Amino acid sequence: MIEISSLSKVYAEATVVDEVSMVVAGGSITAIVGTSGSGKSTLLRMINRLVEPTRGRVVINGRDAATVPGHLLRREIGYAIQGHGLFPHRTVAENIATVPRLLGWQAARTRARVEELLRIFQLEPAEYGAKFPHQLSGGQQQRVGVARALAAEPRVLLMDEPFGALDPIIRGQAQDDLRDIQRRFGTTVVLVTHDIDEAFRLGDHVGVMSRGRLLQYDRPAMLLTHPADPFVSRLTGTADRALKLLSLTTAAQAMEPGAAAGDGPAVAATDSLRDVLAQLLWSGAAAATVRRPDGSAAGQVTLAGILARGRSD
Amino acid sequence: MPRPATLLRLAALALLLAFLIVPQRFAPLFVPFTEYGAPPIYDQGSLPMLALAHLGTVFAATAVSAIVAIGLGILVTRAGGAEFLPLSRTLVNIGQTFPPVAVLAIAVPLVGFGELPTLIALFAYGLLPIFENTLSGLQSCPPAVVEAADGMGMSPRQRLLAVELPLAMPLILEGVRLSLVVNVGTATIGSTVAAKGLGEVIIAGLLSNNTAFILQGGLVTGLMAILLYELMGTVERRILRATHLA
Amino acid sequence: MVQALHARRRIDRLGALLGVVAMVAATTLPFVVFKANRIASGEPRSLLAALPSAPLLLASVALLAVAAAFVRQARARLAAAVVGVLTVALALAWAADALTPAGNRLVRISPGAGCWLLLLAFALIATDALARLRPGPLARVGALALMAAAMWAAFAAGLFDQLSIMREYAVNASGFGRELRQHVLLALGSVGAATLVGLPLGITCHRVPRVRGAILQVLNLVQTIPSIALFGILMVPLGALATAVPLAADLGINGIGPAPAAVALFLYALLPVVANTVVGLGRVSPVAVDAARGMGLTSWQVLGEIELALALPVIITGIRIVLVQNIGLVTIAALIGGGGLGTYVFQGVGQTAIDLVLLGAIPTVALAFSAAVLLDALVDLTGRAAP
Ligand SMILES: Nc1ncnc2c1ncn2[C@@H]1O[C@H](COP(=O)(O)OP(=O)(O)OP(=O)(O)O)[C@@H](O)[C@H]1O
Ligand SMILES: [Mg+2]
Repeated sequence: MIEISSLSKVYAEATVVDEVSMVVAGGSITAIVGTSGSGKSTLLRMINRLVEPTRGRVVINGRDAATVPGHLLRREIGYAIQGHGLFPHRTVAENIATVPRLLGWQAARTRARVEELLRIFQLEPAEYGAKFPHQLSGGQQQRVGVARALAAEPRVLLMDEPFGALDPIIRGQAQDDLRDIQRRFGTTVVLVTHDIDEAFRLGDHVGVMSRGRLLQYDRPAMLLTHPADPFVSRLTGTADRALKLLSLTTAAQAMEPGAAAGDGPAVAATDSLRDVLAQLLWSGAAAATVRRPDGSAAGQVTLAGILARGRSD
Repeated sequence: MPRPATLLRLAALALLLAFLIVPQRFAPLFVPFTEYGAPPIYDQGSLPMLALAHLGTVFAATAVSAIVAIGLGILVTRAGGAEFLPLSRTLVNIGQTFPPVAVLAIAVPLVGFGELPTLIALFAYGLLPIFENTLSGLQSCPPAVVEAADGMGMSPRQRLLAVELPLAMPLILEGVRLSLVVNVGTATIGSTVAAKGLGEVIIAGLLSNNTAFILQGGLVTGLMAILLYELMGTVERRILRATHLA
Repeated sequence: MVQALHARRRIDRLGALLGVVAMVAATTLPFVVFKANRIASGEPRSLLAALPSAPLLLASVALLAVAAAFVRQARARLAAAVVGVLTVALALAWAADALTPAGNRLVRISPGAGCWLLLLAFALIATDALARLRPGPLARVGALALMAAAMWAAFAAGLFDQLSIMREYAVNASGFGRELRQHVLLALGSVGAATLVGLPLGITCHRVPRVRGAILQVLNLVQTIPSIALFGILMVPLGALATAVPLAADLGINGIGPAPAAVALFLYALLPVVANTVVGLGRVSPVAVDAARGMGLTSWQVLGEIELALALPVIITGIRIVLVQNIGLVTIAALIGGGGLGTYVFQGVGQTAIDLVLLGAIPTVALAFSAAVLLDALVDLTGRAAP
């Protein structure tokens, strides 16, 4: 858990982060969005004290971050950035082993961890461990960057536009990977992004920043249905907010008993209502059958049910 | 089968060594450049000793320049030394407008004739390329890499030693190479202030109007500078390959 | 702790350091060196012993030193430093006047370590302030012109006539103009010729990649040969040419003298010009070239109007490098009878007369410095149009 209270950063005259308070629940993902220059990176970098706060307090898992020397604090916190920042003169394995080495792990433990991480990120250790960063594709470099941030099993992971440089398909995959890994290790993640869709897709909570201030910090659906500020609704987009809302809800959440008529498409319980709606429109059916992984029908999602969910209330 | 360039280098080295060790064998080649029966080969000192003295002066001065210049370069790129950065940059630029002869000549009245003014001039002149390259090497480290090093909890010292210096190494080595080669030339001028070195041969030729001396002095120093340049290039490539930066 | 940080921030560490240096130099080191005649050994004189008005001067130096440490505003620092340089220069002139018995032409007075260090400290503060102000190209040229004008005025007014270096000048006055001209001519001529030859060579290298490696490698080799050696080596073929072709000798081409120097300087200048032309042309965005072709420009038009125009700053940077380098190298030409300001340097070394050395060295450095400022300004001006 990360408790941030009245955190501010002032450079010369400019206040770039202004009295931000928020609590990031342990084991959740918080996404911070905002326009360029709104202070997102500065806020994130104050959590691991790459930037020293001017005022305010950060408490990480019950300990005041200011009481630990900065570089020791950072060894306990994973940090991944846009453009990955891999060391070009170190192999992939050496890159990942950086923090374990700084922490003085035994060689065998470090090696085992590196291999585990490479496997998790679908990079065959024997093939990729000895390669240099420039020998990898952009997507692979990014995965190594995240693997490196996770190497010392941090309980907190900070990410600054980690997927900014990736193409849409690779980015989608990287987001899924992050979700899986976060669930698997129970890591607390704070992620800064420009991309509102990414924030909605990944964030259990989303914080919206503008001019150094945290305008709203809430569940994604609440941002759509109850924007605290005109800026928030502009950022989230008013034109397609109904569709956005649908994409935040899964078929399982909107399931009714029964099964759709013969021409209804089959969907999975984890599919978003937005996807289900698209299938219904495409097939012209009025309801879709929700099927379990084994193929048996679990229930149905009707057009009327979807429409009810997309309404603001 | 070595490449032709390598063979050429080896041949040049063999030629240089042969000339330094048994110069009299080459006398017939230089006779046409002498007049009135003057000696065709430099006879006022031992050529190998002069060459060694020359190289010794160059290496000693460059080594000190390298230590000072790299140290300074590191200092002004740290947070604590940032105040000195703009000035040191400008000084490097202005410093390059000082001709080596001027540095040498000004040092003489201060410290007297001999090796010392030459060492001072070589030291001062060798500083510039190394300092400049150290600076640009350290400053051209990709910001994302430096940020990642900080973000993972490296101390400033660990970051410098494990990340910044290795990444700056190619440029730093290039600076040392440049200094070394420039200094072989400048050391020649040192002979005008009575430093031991190969410039002696050329100066003797100029004084006694013996073109053969001028020619052999010029050829030996030229060959030495070229070989040193190539040698440093090879050393550089070795180091870079060992650190995977090539 | 934050407050302590603020307090520490308020003094400029560089300024404080240089201020201390200035104070130490002014109070403990000899300000001038007094010699009864040219070959007598020097007697150091402190500022207090050299000048009746010394206490006043010391006070103003102290004031300026304090200003350097505490005034953080760049313009004010620059002003303080310039006042400092002027004060020390005037003090030097006054000290020379005060120490020279009326009508005595034998006494030699030269700046001592303290004076040099004071000048250096204030010059460094000024340089630092300038570096922080980042003046534009025209402002830099203006400042240079102002500096030159001030120097000229000081010399014209005979301000420094009692100083040893000006005594040396007076002795050599008849030849000085000639050597200066020769120096400038050799430097400018060799760089001009190298530009005329190097530019087409560079364009060829850019367009014909096959020859690029070979040409650059040969020029690289030439650069590696020590200057004095190259001068010496070139004396042989040029001497032979003069013997074989009397016409060449009539034209002044000779084994000894300026000819080998000019050729060697030309050869040295070639590499940077060619290399920078290649780099500059290589950096021109292929999109711009493509667009120009697409609009129907001929190959020559593309070269002239797009490629060379965009590569100009890089090419001029190359010319700046060689001009500064050659102004320095010309000094060595004096060794082979090529003339130039190096003549005084080597004469001075021979006679252990530092003032004579300085008579050659200071104008050389001033020339090189001016060339660097002017061409840097040109680089900036031509670079404005480029992306
Ligand atoms: N070291 C610094 N000194 C002065 N100002 C700074 C510094 N670092 C950041 N700023 C300013 O603080 C503001 C916020 O910067 P920050 O990097 O936090 O923005 P951001 O929201 O991450 O923007 P982006 O989306 O472009 O990355 C900007 O206006 C920036 O110019
Ligand atoms: Mg940012």
